[in-house]
Amino acid sequence: MSLPPVEPWVVLAFSAAIFFVGLFGLLVRRNLLIILMSIELMLNAVNLTYVTFSHQLSSMAGQMSVFFIITVAAAESAVGLGLVIALYRTLKTVDTDEITLLKD
Amino acid sequence: MTAINPIAFYLFAGVALAFSVMTVLRKNPVSSAFSLVMVFFSFAGIYAILGAHLIATLQVLVYAGAIMVLFVFVVMLLNSDSPSFDFRRTPALFRVAAGLVCAALFVLFVRVFKNSPPVLTPGAFTAEAVDAAGGNTRVISELMFSEYVLPFELTSVLLLAAIVGAVALAKRHSVAKPVSKKGVAHVAATR
Amino acid sequence: MLKLIPLFPLLGFLVNGLWYALIQSRPGAKKAGSTVTGGLASLAILGSFIVSVKVFLQLRGMPEASRVIEETLFSWIQVGDLNVPMTLRVDVLSTLFTMVISGVGFLIHVYSIGYMSHDETPGKFFTYLNLFCFAMLMLVMGANLPILFLGWEGVGLCSYLLIGYWYTDDEKASAGKKAFIVNRIGDLGFLLGMFLIFTTFQTLDFVEIRAAFSNSPTGVLPAGVTFETLSAIGLLLFVGCMGKSAQIPLYVWLPDAMAGPTPVSALIHAATMVTSGIYLVARLNFLYSLAPTASVVVAGVGAFTAFMAATIAITQRDIKKVLAYSTVSQLGYMFLACGVGGYVAGVFHVITHAFFKALMFLGAGSVIHGMHEEQDIMKMGGLRSKMPQTFLVFLIGWLAISGLPPFSGFFSKDEILWLSFASMKGSKVLWAMGAMTAVMTAFYMSRLFFLTFMGKPRTHEAEHAHESPFVMTGPLWVLAILSAIGGFMGIPPVISEVFGAHDINWLAHWLNPVVPHHVELNPGTTHAMEWALMGLSVLGALVGIFVAKGLYRDLAKAESLKQKFAGVHNILTNKWYVDALYDAVIVRPLVNFSKFLWRGFDVLVIDGFVNGLGRLSAWTGNAARVMQTGSVQTYAIMALLGLLITVGYLVYGLA
Repeated sequence: MSLPPVEPWVVLAFSAAIFFVGLFGLLVRRNLLIILMSIELMLNAVNLTYVTFSHQLSSMAGQMSVFFIITVAAAESAVGLGLVIALYRTLKTVDTDEITLLKD
Repeated sequence: MTAINPIAFYLFAGVALAFSVMTVLRKNPVSSAFSLVMVFFSFAGIYAILGAHLIATLQVLVYAGAIMVLFVFVVMLLNSDSPSFDFRRTPALFRVAAGLVCAALFVLFVRVFKNSPPVLTPGAFTAEAVDAAGGNTRVISELMFSEYVLPFELTSVLLLAAIVGAVALAKRHSVAKPVSKKGVAHVAATR
Repeated sequence: MLKLIPLFPLLGFLVNGLWYALIQSRPGAKKAGSTVTGGLASLAILGSFIVSVKVFLQLRGMPEASRVIEETLFSWIQVGDLNVPMTLRVDVLSTLFTMVISGVGFLIHVYSIGYMSHDETPGKFFTYLNLFCFAMLMLVMGANLPILFLGWEGVGLCSYLLIGYWYTDDEKASAGKKAFIVNRIGDLGFLLGMFLIFTTFQTLDFVEIRAAFSNSPTGVLPAGVTFETLSAIGLLLFVGCMGKSAQIPLYVWLPDAMAGPTPVSALIHAATMVTSGIYLVARLNFLYSLAPTASVVVAGVGAFTAFMAATIAITQRDIKKVLAYSTVSQLGYMFLACGVGGYVAGVFHVITHAFFKALMFLGAGSVIHGMHEEQDIMKMGGLRSKMPQTFLVFLIGWLAISGLPPFSGFFSKDEILWLSFASMKGSKVLWAMGAMTAVMTAFYMSRLFFLTFMGKPRTHEAEHAHESPFVMTGPLWVLAILSAIGGFMGIPPVISEVFGAHDINWLAHWLNPVVPHHVELNPGTTHAMEWALMGLSVLGALVGIFVAKGLYRDLAKAESLKQKFAGVHNILTNKWYVDALYDAVIVRPLVNFSKFLWRGFDVLVIDGFVNGLGRLSAWTGNAARVMQTGSVQTYAIMALLGLLITVGYLVYGLA
């Protein structure tokens, strides 16, 4: 079996697929933890587009961006999870259906 | 631009797609978390195929390692595995709407990716050039401490802020101001 | 040096005004008396009078053709082609006006010190009065139309402030408003005329406009200018003059303006402000003499106003109202003169009228002062012995305005009458109206004089009237002397020839560089005719005086005559029903239309629209509240829908 080499747009399409799977999870799940995981999925999808462009354009800027994104993502999940814990302690739940402070 | 190995790519991509769907749809947060780990590993593989070796390594270290440990730790800590978290609980109309919006946007994106040629001119860092310069890691490291030294240093500030923020958020706030040494000791003991 | 002339009143205005506004107007603060504030204001005007005289002497020392002093203070407006420098210019015409304004103004200021001695806020009064003098001086000294307009509006403002000076009286406040609003109508015409001048001549400077005529290739009209344009300019500017100088149909404000303090009536509504229309026409005489239509209108309106106002004056009982209608009538004379080409005669009458009418107003003020604010002449009588000084000066003013030689009114009025008959632009109709007006003027002034000073006191107040202090009678005497001899500055050649002198009409020669005294006369007019007309008008004046004397020596006669002509008397008492007509034709429809706009448009449409907007947003808010679930995910999907639309448009819409 010999497949033709993968075109860059296929990689980009794949990363878009992961991105929208994550987005879908973000929209439909009600568990804050899963929502955070979906956000991680989306971040990874974006990273992949960066690396793909870096590959496609023979430029290091994309990979440098990914490096910084990973750093920010680490910070983000630390703070995000901290928020989840704080929220849980206040409201005794991580269910977004019950967290409707914006309405009240 | 070197050609991308199709077999390795489709393998990793398939695994990643399958486990990402599982991450989103699994009822149990722990299984979601472990599916996510699989996605991260597959991504590391794809990075490697694309020649981004340092990023692949960092992906394994930071995402699959540190961040995932954090997630699993919090999941265990909250231990809130209840049926109410099932995504099926959200209204059907909402689920259909979300799915349709995501699918439509996906179609649009793919169309753009497929039909729009890159407008930027290729840079100097071809695979051969990178190899000649001593490999991906070396090139990135040199760039990091020359051209990108300022953002790099700023990142450390960001991380510090994140640490402080995380500690401040996770810290249990005492209900009342400690009025005496005894009160302070009591709060400390309950921690 | 020129800038000192308006600067003194401006300083007086600032000092008095700031003193009043910052210190005296505070609750409980002690008000300054009229001696201090009035003295300050009078000194300021005296200063500008002295400078005016110096400027006049300086001009006299110059060769006749170049008698102009100009001073540019700063560049005022500079937009595109329009360049309006703040330039003061005094030439032979304006120097007369500055001297009259500051001279008569000074006398009236001094008089006011006595007249306003019982007033509660003399500081405010003299502030306004000084501001008025400043604006009036700017009006006559401005080198271009915008500066003139600045003064024009300034005097209008001061007029409004001073008519409604006792603003707690509703009637007086409305009189002020009426003056202001009626003047606005005229100002619209003035502005339009100014715009038309700028588009026609590309300049607003008087000298430059005049140069356009003298440099014209055809010798008559500047290039690209038609007689129609000139007539339009002349008519539009005359609309402004109608408002400011109280001509038909815009004269209605002046009689009401008598609600102000009497010195104000004397200064603003007799001697100076109301003559600014004549100043404008005389200043632009080169333009009016080439605009036949405008000239005919000016002469016609002037003659008709003179006639009508005189008829109304016959029946008025308020001493100030009689003088007010008399002023309207005399202003009509001046426009009649300008309309038939006798600009010099018009300016001459402005000056003599300033003397004798200011004198009569101040005399009337003295009477009112002595009678404890009584203005009805029917309640006076026999004041001759109670107020001898006022009686004497009023006598002189009465003779002057009646047109008896050798008092000043005779010369100026006679010149106007002669020109309205003999000028190419004149006609027998104009002369007849003017002559009848002269007879009526003599009649109603005699009526006023006899009812006030002669006979027996008819009321308790009249018996106990007291003479005014010297600070009031002093200025009266100065004005009386001027009224008596002021006419000699313009002795017509026909008289001087008798005495063997060549031509000693000083005024005409003096004004010649700016206002040519030559008037195109009808062929076949002779000196004999001039003498005949002169005799006729003197005779008419004497007839008017003796009829009045016969009627009002015994009031019963006047009463029976009044019964006989009750219909005519009614019409005249009600001022030809002009105010009622305006009320019915203009004011009430306007009020009703405004009410319709208020109820129909404002309440229904505007308010309905605004309230409807409020209701609409409340309704949409209620409808949209359903969307606000508080769930971030719902918000997110909405944001994504927006994103979908945007990206969809970018991908498919733009392709």
